[in-house]
Amino acid sequence: MAVGFAPEYPPTGVEEDDFQFAKSSVWKRFRRHRLAMAGVLVLALMVFVAVFAKQLAPYNPDTIDQVHWQGNPLPPCFLNAAQCAGHLLGTDEVGRDLLSRLMFGARISLTVGVSAVLMEIIIGTFLGAIAGYYGGWIDYAIMRITDVFLSIPLLPLLLVLTAIVAANSSKASLGFGVIVLIIGALSWPGVARLVRASFLSLRELEYAEAARAIGNNDGRIIFRHLLPNAVAPIIVQATLDVANVIILESTLSFLGFGIQPPTASWGNMLANAESNLQIAWWVATFPGLCILVTVLAINYIGDGLRDALDPNMR
Amino acid sequence: MISLILFIILNNAPGGPLAPYLQNPHITPADIARLKHNLGLDKPIWYRYLVWIGHVLRGDMGYSTSNSEPVLQAILQRLPATLELMGASFVLSIVVGSAAGIFSAIRPYSFADYFITTFAFFGYSMPVFWFALMMQLAFAVHGIPLPFGYQIQLPSAGISTHDRFFLGDRLEHLILPTVVLALLQLALYSRFMRSSMLEVLKTDYMRTASAKGLDFKTVIFKHGLKNALIPIVTVTALNLPSLVGGAIVTETIFAWPGMGRLFFNALGQSDIALLMGYLCLIAFLVVFFNLIADVAYAWLDPRVKYD
Repeated sequence: MAVGFAPEYPPTGVEEDDFQFAKSSVWKRFRRHRLAMAGVLVLALMVFVAVFAKQLAPYNPDTIDQVHWQGNPLPPCFLNAAQCAGHLLGTDEVGRDLLSRLMFGARISLTVGVSAVLMEIIIGTFLGAIAGYYGGWIDYAIMRITDVFLSIPLLPLLLVLTAIVAANSSKASLGFGVIVLIIGALSWPGVARLVRASFLSLRELEYAEAARAIGNNDGRIIFRHLLPNAVAPIIVQATLDVANVIILESTLSFLGFGIQPPTASWGNMLANAESNLQIAWWVATFPGLCILVTVLAINYIGDGLRDALDPNMR
Repeated sequence: MISLILFIILNNAPGGPLAPYLQNPHITPADIARLKHNLGLDKPIWYRYLVWIGHVLRGDMGYSTSNSEPVLQAILQRLPATLELMGASFVLSIVVGSAAGIFSAIRPYSFADYFITTFAFFGYSMPVFWFALMMQLAFAVHGIPLPFGYQIQLPSAGISTHDRFFLGDRLEHLILPTVVLALLQLALYSRFMRSSMLEVLKTDYMRTASAKGLDFKTVIFKHGLKNALIPIVTVTALNLPSLVGGAIVTETIFAWPGMGRLFFNALGQSDIALLMGYLCLIAFLVVFFNLIADVAYAWLDPRVKYD
């Protein structure tokens, strides 16, 4: 992520030089935000673990340790080295290695987060740009739709939709694509508002008029001329939304309406933890800690980006 | 408008409102067809919507199949518990959140400010349900030992075992769910309060107020707070949906006998009438409180005029 801000090729002309200058000053300001840099490190680590989960995980995340597991979760090695039987963070209530499940859970959480946000950004940017650029009844219609979506709390609506899909799907498990689709399809109104607001002012600027005067069509003006100037707030919003979506997904999975077991997700690993709270605190603690650390990292990155991209935005 | 969209989504789900019966081996396809006809489900969707909205306007939200009682009665019975929980955490979060925000705005970039800001970041990066689990682990399962040999062991279930109307007992049961539900809001309010107060502190009228010789407290709380609260009101209204979502999770985990848990239980049983009723009520509440926020806005800020 951070690499994108570094200069990629040597500057040539004057214009290029200005461009480079703007880019590197963003990077400079971002680098000064220490917590955001720490966030980048943590997130990079998480992504690394998620990508190489197969190679890194000490055990298969879905197999039960039938040799050592005897009905209760095995303790982590730092608590009880004699009983942990090689499971660094212990096992869950049915004897699966906790660390391996956490690693594979990172895959699910991060992928759901990024893909749902991509979808949300595409829909939201498109509709927001159209609403802001054309105004009039198109704007009115789109904004009323966002009003409706924003006045219904997201979580109950998500729960209802996933429950309906789950109740009626022929397969026993709810696909992860469905979760992404539903979250993405419901969370775009915030982005649409944001994009609309910047387009409302951008379309009045002189270069927009110039672009129109030399005969560009609307599509080209919107996506080539205006959108690049509205991109800063979108990036910030997208980053913060990845954090929100990760929490949403884990909440859904925790409640049993998200990613279905045996596939490990940080949320559904906690689903049965409540009943084992008395004997195995580690089952309840580590998945949540992973969510907290990841989300915290992303939020700090978002904060750093906001400071770096536009100092007047906060 | 909202209700129409919800109605279409819920009723067009394959399986539809009769889904619970479809799995029952004692009910034949002929029975299903008869039920469909009796309940008017063979009519087109717009007709059913008009019938439904007509009933709702007369105060009849249908019959809950999972609770075997009218939807309105089921919801109203559990409404007070939910309002109690949401109200308590709302008050807690707005009071503590604003106080923390003001405190860190008065001394920006001090140690306390960093502490509060960091805390706020943790607060809104924390999944509500996990925080609930951790609180249960800390207080309900193990108990936190205090230096005097006491242990704080808080009950985590919402329904009390002894006298229900004993105030102390109720409060005791309210503590954990309230704190859990309040955390996210608290974090948000403290951050918004901080930036809003910082804005206000820079203004000329604040300088004038302190130049007049008013003492620090009067300046901050009388002149500053009222102006700093204006943006907070908007944030409060915008945050209500997330409070409702949090309430569902909190009620489910703490077995709080409120609407959220009712809704959650209805989910697994495709109780469409109840889900519809709940979502519509929630949407109505959100719109209603947005209206209140608008009024409060005008009251706090005389410059705002509504035509």
